[in-house]
Amino acid sequence: MAPETLGPLLPLAPLLAAAVGLLLPRGARTAAAALGIGGSALALLVAVGLAVTVDGPVEASTRWVEFGGLTVTLGIRLDGAAALVALAVTVVALAVQVYSVGYLHDDSRYAPYAAQVSLFTAAMLIVVVAGDLILLLVGWEVMGICSYLLIGHDRRLPAAPAAAVKAFLVTRVGDVGFLLGIALLGIAAGSFRISDVLAAVGSGEIGGGTLTAAALLLLAGVAGKSALFPLHTWLPDAMAGPTPISALIHAATMVAAGIYVVTRLDPVFAAGDPALLVLGVLAVVTIVLGGLAATAQDDIKRVLAWSTVSQIGYMAGALAVGATGAALFHLLTHAAFKALLFLAAGSVIHAVGSNSMGEMGGLRRRMPATFWSMTAGLAALVGLPPLAGFWSKEAVLHAASSAGAGWLPPLVYAVGLVTVAITAWYATRLWLRTFFGAPRSSGARTAHEPPAAMAGPVLLLVVPSALLGLAGYTDWLAGRLLPPATAEHPSDLLPAHTNLMHLGPEVALPLAALLVGGVGAWLLWRRDTAADPATALGPARRVFAAAFGLDALQRAVVVRPVVALARAARRTDETAVDGTVTGTGRATVALGRGLAVLHRAGLPRAASAVLVGALLVAVAAATLGVL
Amino acid sequence: MTTGQVTLVAVLAIPAVGAVAVAGLTRRADRAARIVATVVAAIAFLVSLSLYGTGDRGWFRYQAATAGPGILPWHELDLTWVPGLDLRFHLGVDGISYPLVVLTTLLTLLCCAYSIRHVPAGGPGGYLVALLLVIEVGIVGTFLALDLVLFFVFFEVVLLPMFVVIAGWGGDDRGRAARKFVLYTLFGSVLLLVGVVTVVSAAGTADIVALTGGGNLSRTTQLAAFVLLAVAFAVKSPLWPLHTWLPDAHTQAPTVGSVILAGVLLKMGTYGIIRVAVGVAPEGARWAAPVLGVLAVAAVVVGSLVCLRQTDLKRLIAYSSVGHMGFVLLGVATLTATGIEAALIGNVAHGVITGLLFFLAGAIKDRLHTGSLTELGGLRERMPALSGLFAFAAVASLGLPGLAGFWGEAFAVVAALQRGGPLWTTLAVVAAVGGALTAAYFLRLLRRLTHGPASPVVAAAPASRFGAGELVAWSPLIVLALAVGLVPALVIGFAGAPVEALTGVLDR
Repeated sequence: MAPETLGPLLPLAPLLAAAVGLLLPRGARTAAAALGIGGSALALLVAVGLAVTVDGPVEASTRWVEFGGLTVTLGIRLDGAAALVALAVTVVALAVQVYSVGYLHDDSRYAPYAAQVSLFTAAMLIVVVAGDLILLLVGWEVMGICSYLLIGHDRRLPAAPAAAVKAFLVTRVGDVGFLLGIALLGIAAGSFRISDVLAAVGSGEIGGGTLTAAALLLLAGVAGKSALFPLHTWLPDAMAGPTPISALIHAATMVAAGIYVVTRLDPVFAAGDPALLVLGVLAVVTIVLGGLAATAQDDIKRVLAWSTVSQIGYMAGALAVGATGAALFHLLTHAAFKALLFLAAGSVIHAVGSNSMGEMGGLRRRMPATFWSMTAGLAALVGLPPLAGFWSKEAVLHAASSAGAGWLPPLVYAVGLVTVAITAWYATRLWLRTFFGAPRSSGARTAHEPPAAMAGPVLLLVVPSALLGLAGYTDWLAGRLLPPATAEHPSDLLPAHTNLMHLGPEVALPLAALLVGGVGAWLLWRRDTAADPATALGPARRVFAAAFGLDALQRAVVVRPVVALARAARRTDETAVDGTVTGTGRATVALGRGLAVLHRAGLPRAASAVLVGALLVAVAAATLGVL
Repeated sequence: MTTGQVTLVAVLAIPAVGAVAVAGLTRRADRAARIVATVVAAIAFLVSLSLYGTGDRGWFRYQAATAGPGILPWHELDLTWVPGLDLRFHLGVDGISYPLVVLTTLLTLLCCAYSIRHVPAGGPGGYLVALLLVIEVGIVGTFLALDLVLFFVFFEVVLLPMFVVIAGWGGDDRGRAARKFVLYTLFGSVLLLVGVVTVVSAAGTADIVALTGGGNLSRTTQLAAFVLLAVAFAVKSPLWPLHTWLPDAHTQAPTVGSVILAGVLLKMGTYGIIRVAVGVAPEGARWAAPVLGVLAVAAVVVGSLVCLRQTDLKRLIAYSSVGHMGFVLLGVATLTATGIEAALIGNVAHGVITGLLFFLAGAIKDRLHTGSLTELGGLRERMPALSGLFAFAAVASLGLPGLAGFWGEAFAVVAALQRGGPLWTTLAVVAAVGGALTAAYFLRLLRRLTHGPASPVVAAAPASRFGAGELVAWSPLIVLALAVGLVPALVIGFAGAPVEALTGVLDR
């Protein structure tokens, strides 16, 4: 089939599965599972088809609606990168759907859950293929609401509803900017079609202040979705959702969407100076912040969550130095190994019955398959050659070290390098605390391998986590990730990255950093295998565990003032605004009573009042000469 | 008369005659009366649907859009009514009024169908549905009238039946709420009357078609007329700070009363601003647009903030209407085609979604006998389907892209940005922030209402299924909330030409 017909099918398959799935009765587990798995499997097939057929840009669109001369179209825009991201999304979605059958085997609300996962997948795929900014916004926001629904799924966790609300609201705050940015671009280009907007940017029709404002505003939305500082606070809390959902959010959907959209609208950001500079600063802060926060967490999922924050920072850093190819490459490898890590962590949690690493230990013997999968995932995360993460992180660092002038690229490089050590440290800590030493709880002592539905996806994800990096040597992958150097691509003002893969003497530096971090963690752990290496952090441990108190800051600076304002608004509305209304009513009634009292007179006074009145009228008539 | 003209009369006459028949039947057979009312409302709905078309002389007149009058009805009926006063019975329908007319007949039908099974305490249900039909006549008449005096008459027809609905079938504090409603809106009506008289005496005609574009009214007259008319319609819409009758009326009104009130009655205000205030006094509209815009955005923000601290379910939904209408009025205030089209779709979307929300809130109150958010909680544990539907309606109301509420709000912001300049840009930004606040209070509502462990009230409630009446009343609204979101052209597909005609005369 032609890409023009395959493109719309990509989101439609899971969308249809979601629509039918939401109407299923609660008990229909088998049907729900079949729909969920079938929908994402079909999407995966389509994505494979697209990855094979698409290499150049493909567009198809039709008019959706028109608002006073502003056209909104319903259409797709496909290129090699879109096909690859779609492939990653559908692989992870399918793995998550299959895994969930096992993970939620005793959950009475599995049916709506599976449908919501399908909807989540569909929304992300809409973002991936959308050829129109408004359509992209639809997918973007539907994804937000799905994350809300799924994070709040677990009814036993008291923290779940709050975490769900937080995830949606923090991203929605960023989306205020996203909507305004889209509006600015659409108004300036007269159309919301991405190709029209990019053409208008390329021709200089949109430029100057408008473009800068639009790029910065879009960045707010990107920061929200991709959990970049300072809008990253929702992501660690989102751990309250079921573990497969964490895998979905961290690997394939929410956080990937922000990075992807920047690559999609690259010319806007490249020309909207200083948007990339701002993105770079956010990236640098995010890389360190996420890395340090991950060192001190006790919850295994929280370690992984903060590691996502840090890794997303790497992607944003690559974008900021103009290397969209490296960013996408890291996005893809990260999708593979982070999905693997979360699903494997889910197996561990499932077996131990706790998220706390304090209650794990020694699982290597009881869960060998999970152990080896997780080892591969962690090795890919820290960038151990030749696993996937090594190549993509190397691509990011190389891009930063070879990018043009300015203080940003060296900063990104330096921070990226240091964080390689931090990453190795916390990954090693997680690995040792979970799988080595003596079991520290009865759950850990009786742990066992998960059922096939859960083990299968984990094992399968080992393959891309290990090999996807090497695939970067193939033209098939590299050619799709690296944007063609054309005149209409202003990002090529920056030095062109003709090759994704770099293997030179400079690789020694990150490898040394990796060794420092890993061995450091091992040495600390060896002193007392039951203790947490994080105790060595001393007083910093609490600061890192609380992620520098940014949550509390956000509560103090944003949440409390808004609530106080709301309280004041309600009081003013009830006393002042409505008070005026009821006051007017009361005053009128009182006035009426007063007048009534005046009129309530005895006959003599009434008679004299009438006479006086008549006299007055007569006098007035006489003097004015009316009569 | 042509078919179109017959249809115009029929869409008013059918519910009017039906109301009389139903009221007469009620004493003998209450339930049968309610069924008859539903049949009447269904016929009226079908007839109103058939109003669609380019009309008797549509295409011919559209060609003159650039230089022609500001209103180009598909169908038009112009009869002498009181020759001595030069009053005319002048009706017409175009792409601006058509969606609102259909929305009115649809919601009336759904409310009548719902009332077959569900009669609130207070009196025979037959009288209630008869009153609903009378209200329908008034509202549809308002949307169809092309004569200012006729418009005023229909506008007023609605008032007393609505008062009786609230006072007769309402909650515990119904008397006070109904009085407040009727006095407050009567205050608006006085201004409307003065405004109408001002325009008619200055222009020498009450024909809205002739008046659109300002006719030969002087600037001073236009300014005065716009202020009078806009304040009158602002009370009805309602625009902050003239909104305080609304929460009380909504909280006390029976479910069907709330649905009609929020779903279509408020729309008379926004429709009036677009068609009458802006159309008749464009000069005044241009002059007052910044004030209107600022108030509209204030409504968005204040409405959302108040909702954030609201503890009563129906009151919260009522206040959310203030915010949503703020978006609609922001769209109108921009006086651009984008803004007015956003206002039109926002209007209809609000009618559908808030109608649904009030139906669902009524269902919750019916089952649990309380609307207090401090007593409700964990609804999804006991009533998963109902809380799922409520979540859907809330998500639609918070303007999720892909559902009906999105278009009006997003494009009101777009229109304000399009106007440009520091004022309108600021308004756009603040309104967009208000959109985030809207999400905040709806999520807070959902968290309180549906998440967490079941509260004692919820835990004690018997498990219940949806009744047939409920399903019949809700499903069209659910479908529409989705359909208008996916195919916005359903509402504004035919508004392009009339809005162009209107903005055409505005710019002249």
